Amino acid sequence: MTDTAHTTEVKPRRTSARPGTLALLLNNSLATGGLFVLVAICLIALAAPLLPLANPDVTAPANRLLPVFSDGHLMGTDHLGRDLLSRLIWGTRVSLAVGLSATFIAAFFGSLLGLVAGYAGGRVDTVIMRGIDMVMAFPYILLALAIVAVLGPGLLNALYAIALVNIPFFARNIRGITLGLSRREFVDAARLSGKSPAQILFIEILPNVLPVIVITMSTTVGWMILETAGLSFLGLGAQPPQADLGSMLGEGRKILFTAPHVSVIPGLMIFALVMSINLFGDGVRDVLDPRLRAGSLTRPVARTAVERGDAPVPPPSGKGVLDVRDMRTEFEIGGSVYKAVGGVDLNLAEGECLGIVGESGSGKSVTAMSIMGLVPTPPGRIAGGAAYLDGEDLFAVSDRHIRKLRGGAVAYVFQDPLSTLHPLFTVGDQLKEAIGTHQPLSSAEVKKRAIELLSLVRIPSPKERLAAYPHELSGGMRQRVCIAMALANDAKVLIADEPTTALDVTVQSQILTLMNGLRRDRNAAILFITHDFGVVSAICDRVAVMYAGRIVETGRTDEVLASPQHPYTAKLIECVPVLGEPERRLDAIEGRPPVVNNLPDGCAFADRCPRARPECRSGDIALVMSSEERGVRCLYPLNTEGTA
Amino acid sequence: MAAYIVRRLLAAIPVLFGLTIIVFLIMAMIPGDPATAILGSYATPENVAKLNRDLGLDKTLFEQYVIWIGNLFQGDLGRSYTLNRPVLDEVLERFSATLILAGTSLVLCSIFGLLAGIVSAVRQYGWADKAITLLVLIGISTPSFWLGLILILIFAVNLRLFPASGMYAIYGGGDLPDLIHHLTLPALTLSVVATGVIARLTRTAMLEVLRQDYIRTARAKGLSERKVIYKHAFKSALVGVVPVIGIQAGFVIGGAVYIETVFQWPGIGSMLVTAISTRDLLLVQGGVLVVAAAYVLFNLFADVVQTLLDPRLR
Repeated sequence: MTDTAHTTEVKPRRTSARPGTLALLLNNSLATGGLFVLVAICLIALAAPLLPLANPDVTAPANRLLPVFSDGHLMGTDHLGRDLLSRLIWGTRVSLAVGLSATFIAAFFGSLLGLVAGYAGGRVDTVIMRGIDMVMAFPYILLALAIVAVLGPGLLNALYAIALVNIPFFARNIRGITLGLSRREFVDAARLSGKSPAQILFIEILPNVLPVIVITMSTTVGWMILETAGLSFLGLGAQPPQADLGSMLGEGRKILFTAPHVSVIPGLMIFALVMSINLFGDGVRDVLDPRLRAGSLTRPVARTAVERGDAPVPPPSGKGVLDVRDMRTEFEIGGSVYKAVGGVDLNLAEGECLGIVGESGSGKSVTAMSIMGLVPTPPGRIAGGAAYLDGEDLFAVSDRHIRKLRGGAVAYVFQDPLSTLHPLFTVGDQLKEAIGTHQPLSSAEVKKRAIELLSLVRIPSPKERLAAYPHELSGGMRQRVCIAMALANDAKVLIADEPTTALDVTVQSQILTLMNGLRRDRNAAILFITHDFGVVSAICDRVAVMYAGRIVETGRTDEVLASPQHPYTAKLIECVPVLGEPERRLDAIEGRPPVVNNLPDGCAFADRCPRARPECRSGDIALVMSSEERGVRCLYPLNTEGTA
Repeated sequence: MAAYIVRRLLAAIPVLFGLTIIVFLIMAMIPGDPATAILGSYATPENVAKLNRDLGLDKTLFEQYVIWIGNLFQGDLGRSYTLNRPVLDEVLERFSATLILAGTSLVLCSIFGLLAGIVSAVRQYGWADKAITLLVLIGISTPSFWLGLILILIFAVNLRLFPASGMYAIYGGGDLPDLIHHLTLPALTLSVVATGVIARLTRTAMLEVLRQDYIRTARAKGLSERKVIYKHAFKSALVGVVPVIGIQAGFVIGGAVYIETVFQWPGIGSMLVTAISTRDLLLVQGGVLVVAAAYVLFNLFADVVQTLLDPRLR
């Protein structure tokens, strides 16, 4: 597996990009091709009586087994001298009719069962679904065979058998949807208005279920054509002189070695028919699937793509272990570009804790992920700037080197420890893996180190906990495991992305105390992402407030808390409840943060700012530093007397 | 874990009982008089009545079922009138041949399907992904019985690489290499559709897993991309794919009916087709029952494997 992440020198590879219009078009052209073939086959089959074809059942022993392209017999003749082209078209007609009928029968009864089971619930549901489960406990074709065995061979019996064994697919799909719908408000409303269950089922629910029925039909019709052809092939479906594609193939098989075209041709026809149905069905499904449209089934590559263009890379400022310079991260979704991080400068000294504060969507997490290339590509990319670790440009180093740094010099702690720990591996395995990846230790030493780490983060009886799976631990314990993992290799920089947000308040303060202690003991720098000024005041030396992808205020925590200069900062601080001050107003900030694909000129906060003036809405407003550490991006800052 | 397996086994018992009821009822619903069917339409009424008594058909349906299931527990599935031997003997003999064929196919489709799905997901929208997606679509659209014929034409008739039919060579065969030689074409043919289905599902499962937070964690730890994909992502994807493989077992056994007919493999599928044509219903009944029971047990096995993989299910 080669990494597809690339540095500025490498040409961006387009192969792993999100499906663009072109890809969708290609998918669609396959689907269109499928539809075209399908319609053509159907039209020819329908027009069979009108076409100048030989009678498919007239035998001519003198002309038996003529090869393809014979005079008067384009596709040759079979063992009885019957015209193959004519038989093929008439056979297709039969196969299509049987396959479609089976689909409609299965769809009708299956949907009916599903609707009733899903709507009635309770005992009715249990009985119906148990029955369905029983039918599904049989291997699919075997049950059809058993039914044919009972009814006797014949095309109609094969049709019934195939329809019957497909009923469960419809029943299951439709029941699921109906179950969801029957809990919805409009159904309640219909019930309260005195409509009968049948009325509700067929007037209210059925129209909503219809698309699912159609989709299930489109995915099963190909199967049903294949299976009925299969039964005919075995001699259990169409009986002579009646012929469908399957029985033609079955007859041709007997003379496979002498006249292969007699069996090859009907097989090709079945293939063309089923393939065109599947192509069209897949195309339609792809276009309708919301996951594909949203790109949520697009694979992210190992490292965020770096596309810094021709702009010069800003040099390191020379301050701190971690030095972020004018970093810009963008997401390209559905043709528009979201500037999640719009030029951020940060630096972090040894043993220091810097807080990044902002609402959701302010770009703080993306900032944290960008540093080590953990923003998913597609759709994300680093569009400019640099992040230096001890003077080394993290966006320019090799993939191998970034892997060495990840979890080594720079370690992460993420928000929700339940989703960030792998559910199928024990915490011991995951911890040991973190150690073993970066340190050449024997497995006994690794285990010893893992136990040390767990006791370091104050997990009781650490040795036994190694065998626990994440779901067996409490939220606080899980986050401690994550912290232990981050500490495994004596990281210089710890990036904590809302590590306490998913935890309750007492656990939150324990985790904060733990991280604070570890920082002092090990002199590690912490980049602490949070939306909560209360948390900031507990652990951070300095703080940077982010809004719409940019830093709007920065400074020492105590100074910012005591005299916020940006109106946004002031509002955020007001959101923190203070013990013993019940009269304090908990103002949520009115309005929403702007969407970053179309930022207005001037100050991004202007629309929500009570102090906004016309000049706030034009030009670029710079981050003005009033001292080495203090700065604000505002034309009319608050509380400037003390610091100016 | 052991407790779970026991629980799961116990839960399978009612399903197996349900199977016997369905199989019994299907056979009981045969239109017309079985005795007349067996003796022919010129049979005397006395002979028909005697046969009915011999077959126990003068009793109620419930009594018939109790007798039938009682015999079943003693390993008695009746006697095949076309072969004139106990149904159970014939069925077990044929079933072992089917197991060899279907088992091999299931292994093949699991390996190829998983590999193709992973490659397809990892190289999403690359040429390998496009090629695999197209092949999968062709695979699941091709009638397997026709594909078998084509393969016979190419590899047995023209290239003479593999035998066209049978399980062992008539003269001098009977050992493992001979079996593999005969097995190759039918096993490959049988695995095509299931390979496609498994590949498709593996691709989707991998793509979903690769978006998960714990994959980001694995990357943040500094793991190589190989470990991220083949250890962390694949294990999660497998949890979703294993039950599908269990269900595919049913399609593979069902598909064996065609393939055994095409390649004249002496398995239970070709036996069933012959038995249906000759109206040897006891043989059909026994065959269907044994295969269905095996399918239930196989799905049970898939469930246990899934539980072994995912501790949350325990």
